[in-house]
Amino acid sequence: MTNSLDLKYNYTEKKDTRSGFGDGFLELGRTNPKVVGLCADLIGSLKMGAFQKEFPERFFQTGIAEANMMGIAAGLTIGGMIPFTGTFANFSTGRVYDQIRQSIAYSGKNVKICASHAGLTLGEDGATHQILEDLGMMKMLPHMTVINPCDYNQTKAATIAIADHEGPVYLRFGRPSWPIFTDPAQKFEIGKAWKMIEGTDVTIFATGHLVWEAVIAEAALRAEGISAEVINIHTIKPLDTDSILESVFKTGCAVSAEEHQYNGGLGDSIAQTLARHNPAPMEYVGVDDSFGESGTPTQLLEKYGLNAASIITAAKKVVDRK
Amino acid sequence: MEKKSIEQLQEIASQVRRDCLRMVHAVQSGHPGASLGCTEFFVALYFDQMHHDPAFNMDAKGEDVFFLSNGHISPVFYSVLSRSGYFPTEEMNTFRKINSRLQGHPATHEHLPGIRIASGSLGQGLSVAIGAAQAKKLNQDDHTVYVLMGDGEQEEGQIWEAAMYAAHWKVDNLIATIDLNKQQIDGPTKEIMDLIDLQAKYESFGWEVIHTKNGNDMSSVIAGLEEAKAKSRKGKPVMNLLHTEMGYGVDFMVGTHKWHGIAPSDEQLAEALGQLPETLGDY
Repeated sequence: MTNSLDLKYNYTEKKDTRSGFGDGFLELGRTNPKVVGLCADLIGSLKMGAFQKEFPERFFQTGIAEANMMGIAAGLTIGGMIPFTGTFANFSTGRVYDQIRQSIAYSGKNVKICASHAGLTLGEDGATHQILEDLGMMKMLPHMTVINPCDYNQTKAATIAIADHEGPVYLRFGRPSWPIFTDPAQKFEIGKAWKMIEGTDVTIFATGHLVWEAVIAEAALRAEGISAEVINIHTIKPLDTDSILESVFKTGCAVSAEEHQYNGGLGDSIAQTLARHNPAPMEYVGVDDSFGESGTPTQLLEKYGLNAASIITAAKKVVDRK
Repeated sequence: MEKKSIEQLQEIASQVRRDCLRMVHAVQSGHPGASLGCTEFFVALYFDQMHHDPAFNMDAKGEDVFFLSNGHISPVFYSVLSRSGYFPTEEMNTFRKINSRLQGHPATHEHLPGIRIASGSLGQGLSVAIGAAQAKKLNQDDHTVYVLMGDGEQEEGQIWEAAMYAAHWKVDNLIATIDLNKQQIDGPTKEIMDLIDLQAKYESFGWEVIHTKNGNDMSSVIAGLEEAKAKSRKGKPVMNLLHTEMGYGVDFMVGTHKWHGIAPSDEQLAEALGQLPETLGDY
């Protein structure tokens, strides 16, 4: 599909976003002596091994005990450490919600919850591990910053940026090899939406892996005479409502795209913003109240309607509703 | 800090018990039972054992630090913090009321000096204390981290994750205490969920375990904490099993779970205060 399209962004290499986290984390180890790591028996999966090897005195294997890991991290902040916890997104959120709520968010602790293997693109492991509710759970917590970067470079930049942000952060990334299409030298600004492509007919608000799908969708829509604006919402909370409203004032309609349930995700945050300030037609690209299943990432994104084709369909539909 | 005599510490304990009862009575809610049962422990910690600074710095560098895991016994924590200078005693008037820093369960959210973590949802404090103890090691800070848990609270699974972790990582600058009053909300722990042998459990998890056999006798409590301290920094976390009586100090409240979470009436308060001399002046 992409071969015949004039894409506004291109890539020469693919890599997993979790490696962006691992490489950013290692760099932090070298530049910030207060950064410490914790992992619940998934050091390889989280790409935390290089940090552990270079800074063993600042790295704590917790074993398969995520609740305890969250509490230990909260305690480490008392004394000035900046703990980064690592496990799968499912075990970083749903399994430990009360620990995060009380010991981290309500207590205002400077813990960075780093969550890999989020969403359907975890693939073959199936629905037990494919969390699609984590963004909602985390964004509902007062004080929590929620970040879902789109590729290796942005994940690395985000990892480095959150160490300088005082307060709890949920950083979500994933497992599959994915196009690297953003600038390796980018400066990551928490809470600042990134307008990647200008357009006039519809705004596509995308986060995480689906930003790349939005880039493809924009080219396809352009080929059919529809001008789409693509905005990369890497920070779901705090949400850059000014950028969202400014764009929709211009285009008059919106599509949200995310690897998450409709309920509670980025789409709900966009819809809330529009409903309060500028009601406009909107379509969701996400998972419609369903669990996932085993399959390859590409198969799953297609079956559950989370790819460029789904974004194109949603964009055409919402333009017709204007 | 000038060393206080046992008699002076007992006088403080009497006032702390009055504070607990008056706070709970004033708002007709709160948890008096285990607050009264742990009074000697709190007074011994804050007025005798811990090196701590009421000027309060969240990071607690260069001082001992205490965490309350069973946050529902907030009255005794608030009283001891206030009586040792963390905030004005008058503020106890605001306990559990709107716009107060003295929330029903301890919280950092309103920036009450002396509180370093929210607690209330049980089972979380041991993990936090272990993390803080490891931060002390990373900072080359040779002070001790204390944590208090309830005995019913031992039913929470996270505690056993933390127990394993503390031994594995040799967190030996940590002294944990369990308030063994053998009661929980629904009744005696033996009937609700039998804890069987906590000493054997913690020893098998790799901890050094001691008993404070009379947790309502000031000399015994201090001796227990000193024994625990002597056993710390030897490669193992230390557990202090503190045998107390819920409701201690008031004859009609002692030894029953019935006063876990209910407030005394006007008449009951008067009767209770009659058994507890006012020593430092009521707030």
